[in-house]
Amino acid sequence: MGTLAVFKKEIRSYFSSPVAFVVFIIFLVISGYFFYSILLYFSLISMQASMNPAFATGLNVTDGILRPLFANMSVILLFLMPLLTMRLFAEERKQGTLELLLTYPLRDGEVLLGKFLAATALVALLLFATGIYPLLLGLWSEPELYPILTGYFGLLLLAMTFISLGLLFSSLTENQIVAAALAFGALLLFWIIGWAATLAEGDWALLFRHLSIMEHLSSFARGVLETKDVLYYLGLTGFFLFATLKSLEVRRWKG
Amino acid sequence: MIEVQGLTKVYGNKAAVDNLTFSVEQGEVVGFLGPNGAGKTTTMRVLSCFMPPTSGSAKVAGYDIHADSIEVRRRIGYLPEHVPLYTELTVTQYLNFVAEAKAVPRVQRRQKVGELIERCLLHDVRGRIINTLSKGYRQRVGLAQALLGDPPVLILDEPTIGLDPKQIIEIRNLIRQMQGERTVLLSTHILPEVSVVCQRVIIINEGRIVAVDTPENLTRRLQRSTQVLLQVEGPPDQVTGRLREMAGILRVEMKDGGGVHGRYVVETEKDCDLRRELAHVVCSSGWGLLELRPVDMSLEDVFIRLVTEEQDSMTVDRSPVTLDG
Repeated sequence: MGTLAVFKKEIRSYFSSPVAFVVFIIFLVISGYFFYSILLYFSLISMQASMNPAFATGLNVTDGILRPLFANMSVILLFLMPLLTMRLFAEERKQGTLELLLTYPLRDGEVLLGKFLAATALVALLLFATGIYPLLLGLWSEPELYPILTGYFGLLLLAMTFISLGLLFSSLTENQIVAAALAFGALLLFWIIGWAATLAEGDWALLFRHLSIMEHLSSFARGVLETKDVLYYLGLTGFFLFATLKSLEVRRWKG
Repeated sequence: MIEVQGLTKVYGNKAAVDNLTFSVEQGEVVGFLGPNGAGKTTTMRVLSCFMPPTSGSAKVAGYDIHADSIEVRRRIGYLPEHVPLYTELTVTQYLNFVAEAKAVPRVQRRQKVGELIERCLLHDVRGRIINTLSKGYRQRVGLAQALLGDPPVLILDEPTIGLDPKQIIEIRNLIRQMQGERTVLLSTHILPEVSVVCQRVIIINEGRIVAVDTPENLTRRLQRSTQVLLQVEGPPDQVTGRLREMAGILRVEMKDGGGVHGRYVVETEKDCDLRRELAHVVCSSGWGLLELRPVDMSLEDVFIRLVTEEQDSMTVDRSPVTLDG
């Protein structure tokens, strides 16, 4: 009940300020550019493959277009998500509206969940809008449906992790820029830790690979739902939400 | 309706509120009066369940603010000092959100919001974005959001601060209408506001309660005289007699039945400091002067500061004439 109220209010706030529109436009423009260039590259390779069959092995729409597209979209999400989440608590704290919100008969958890779901719904809408790319592919080829669905599911899980982490940093400060910078830094760290895997050896390499936030996405785009990957994202999301809840509580005591 | 018991809130190592105890009866409008930084806002934040106290307890409508926080919050309408609103929403959108957050039943929501828009004179601006509203309108939106959900207790932090005189009168009228119907605790640092709106005043300074009384009694107590406490070693009858003869003394009262080390409360004209003369009289009569100090100076200090602040704010009020609101 309270969650719904906060959810509706946050959605309304997103669309009464330019934030949502700007993020939407940037995301669609950049992902559109990636789609275009990947498609161009793919058709080039296909052309060469038609002359030299040696190129044709493993050449298909899922591996050649959708997987790189999803990988690229995940990186754009990483850059843009902190912009969507930075205001959620920081702005309320700065404006003082948190003081009113936290004195309404709402549990902290309801407030948090409402905000989390609002940002998630926004990303879901954003991802839905990119559905035009697979649809376009469907006009001239026959992409497999299942990898597309799992790929989107993976992206949504990834975005939820980004959002929960962004919420945590937003609850720690009253400065939106600081919240965004911290969230962005943390996300970047979660990403590049995967690169360390190539340098490290043995168990360390394995650990780094498992920690990397992008690493777990690759199976989704292949059409595989791996429990460990789903759990990785859900677990991280749950952990960050829990930490946010605690940070709200601590903030109450500090006043 | 509100019971506060030994409430203390410490920031760092400074106590903003120190061992506060008071209660507010049902239907009362009580003013929380004190200079800036006296601990009014802190107390209200604790009562509205925004922050927990360091120690002590408080009950609102019989529910403990810590154990039954949600129940307390259902029964409180709170207006913080700077009226924080979601400025990107319209008045109606905002009030609808508050109604939902306060769990006003779906079927009543539209009607309740409509009623408050009328009552708080927001009809003309209900479709406007809050960002574009003047301070006076924002204050009324703040009051409307506090009243949503029909809370029996209202906690209003400086509800008239920053308004022009006409707006101040409107807000005061709105508050006065609630007398008897709701329990109101409002804070202010403006003295006349209290006498206009409140039935009882709690004067607070540096986190402590200085006095609790009706506005009339307080004014009488303070404006008539200044009191000095004396402890004199000497025969009580002669001491009182000698003191009464002095010029400028209104009344001499013997405390705890006199005795050789008798304590006397001497009332003098207001703004007339006779301490030097008193000391001189006692000494020259050959008695021992054991103690000499003004009584209730803290209350007086606060009072004087309140009066001067009111004068300041009145002059400020007069100069810029705002035409909106």
